[in-house]
Amino acid sequence: MFKNLFKRESNRREVLAAGFVVPDSARCVQCGICSFNCPINIDVRNFAWQGRPIENSQCINCGECVTRCPRGVLRFERTSLFAEA
Amino acid sequence: MTNYVIVGTGVAGIGAAEAIRSVDAHGTITFISEDLHGYYSRPGLAYYLTGEVDEKLLFPLKPGDLKKLNAHFSHGNVVRIYPQKHQVELSDGKHVYYERLLLAIGSNAIPLKVPGANLHGVAKLDNLEDTRRLVSLTKNARTAVVLGGGITALELAEGLASRKLKVHLVIRTAHCWSSVLDKIEAQIIEHKLNHDGITIHPNSELTSIQGKHGKVAGISLASGEQIDCEILAYGIGVQPRLQLPKEAGMACERGILVDEHQATSLPDIFAAGDVVQVHDPLSGRSIIESLWSPAREQGWVAGLNMAGQRAVYSLSVPLNVTRLAGLTTTIIGAVGSRDESEPLTIAHGDSETWRDIPDAIIAQSGFDVNHLRLVVGKNTIVGAIVIGDQKLSSPLQVMIRNRVDISEIRDQLIAPEAPIADIVANLWSKLHASQN
Ligand SMILES: Cc1cc2nc3c(=O)[nH]c(=O)nc-3n(C[C@H](O)[C@H](O)[C@H](O)COP(=O)(O)OP(=O)(O)OC[C@H]3O[C@@H](n4cnc5c(N)ncnc54)[C@H](O)[C@@H]3O)c2cc1C
Repeated sequence: MFKNLFKRESNRREVLAAGFVVPDSARCVQCGICSFNCPINIDVRNFAWQGRPIENSQCINCGECVTRCPRGVLRFERTSLFAEA
Repeated sequence: MTNYVIVGTGVAGIGAAEAIRSVDAHGTITFISEDLHGYYSRPGLAYYLTGEVDEKLLFPLKPGDLKKLNAHFSHGNVVRIYPQKHQVELSDGKHVYYERLLLAIGSNAIPLKVPGANLHGVAKLDNLEDTRRLVSLTKNARTAVVLGGGITALELAEGLASRKLKVHLVIRTAHCWSSVLDKIEAQIIEHKLNHDGITIHPNSELTSIQGKHGKVAGISLASGEQIDCEILAYGIGVQPRLQLPKEAGMACERGILVDEHQATSLPDIFAAGDVVQVHDPLSGRSIIESLWSPAREQGWVAGLNMAGQRAVYSLSVPLNVTRLAGLTTTIIGAVGSRDESEPLTIAHGDSETWRDIPDAIIAQSGFDVNHLRLVVGKNTIVGAIVIGDQKLSSPLQVMIRNRVDISEIRDQLIAPEAPIADIVANLWSKLHASQN
């Protein structure tokens, strides 16, 4: 139980240092767990279907979607890296 | 104005409709599906069973998305195709005319054939109706037996255990998912399943299901062992739905045969997804992919060709991602088959955390078990299984797909007790540095 909490916390720290959540669409099976767990109701799954980074100004980078995705579809990409791309 | 008919509302059918609309705003698109619920995430059914998503979240398309597709959806079972007349016939006798037809009819679960298979309480996880039925069965059940050793059976076992049932997993082979996992990997997964309260019965054959008042009451194994239960759930494989295309005279082997444009042997009829067998020019083999992303991609290619474009589907390196006993698992390239001409060496690595993986690789992490297996060819990595920490998953996808030369690290990789994750990560960093 506590272990899970700690897991989330460390994930969150990593996220705050990072930029966008980015999907790897080839891994996504549209199960909806990401959208279901987004605390501000961003339809993360739809971005994954379109293969686009989650470019929603409301995103608070909490990491819920990244942690909960059962397929490891989502990752963080640092803003600087993203800007270079 | 072209008249497109798509049979099946799975991901292949939806992919095709999106492709058609990307190049043809005016043609009419008619979907015919026997599934009352239309398009939903079939892989997501496993998480509906665990309770991780609500049923309504299984439907990816919002009303706005459907409007953009501008398609007509009708419920019906296509029972016959008349290729000459360009018509399909539904079970209610209605005929529908097409100019271009797509068969995206998928596969279905191989039925269970043991005495008692018709009892109330025998269940599968193939479509939304099945899953609803299973969820409702769990409300009055304490013990479930799951039959099968592949992904679906494991998902059934985990889903039922998460609904607080006592679960027995009956596997015909010595270990779970033995066509893909090796013994060490299977043991990792089985250890975690045991920890979740799932009892595994390896090398076991189900012989019959016993009933009481028409309901499942228990099962018998060939060993003579009996287990009392209220649910028998099975996941023993899938088979492409071939009756319809075969009766229409379409060329089929294990699946519908298509060319690189997803065209079948009959004029103006295309096929995509789980029902299709594709040719791999590299290996010369024909394969049925049975996976979500390839089904979408094939549907997309079929749709473009139906709309008069020339698009080609080419097989890529196999990629299957799943979650086994809570561990994200990625399978890339050739891991199960050992019949390649190249001599292959296997390298293994286990770790609580990978040590030297640079921070630049950011991905899902934080699992309590991490495991990596590499199938190493002469100069390349030809296959990989990544269990748990997924940092190396995407680099390995690229390295395997692009046949990156690994000769400089090959000896290090195959040395006993080699820290293979770190070696791969170092090579990846070097490759990156050399590109920037
Ligand atoms: C529980 C579960 C977990 C899965 N997990 C994964 C996973 O992790 N990763 C992955 O890549 N894949 C997974 N899959 C497989 C994946 O769901 C399939 O590869 C994918 O759905 C295939 O899509 P399709 O469009 O070809 O066929 P389907 O989704 O099977 O759609 C076929 C459609 O055709 C309709 N139909 C069939 N015959 C007729 C007819 N005669 N008339 C009218 N309609 C008809 C059906 O009702 C259905 O709507 C999973 C599947 C299940 C069930």
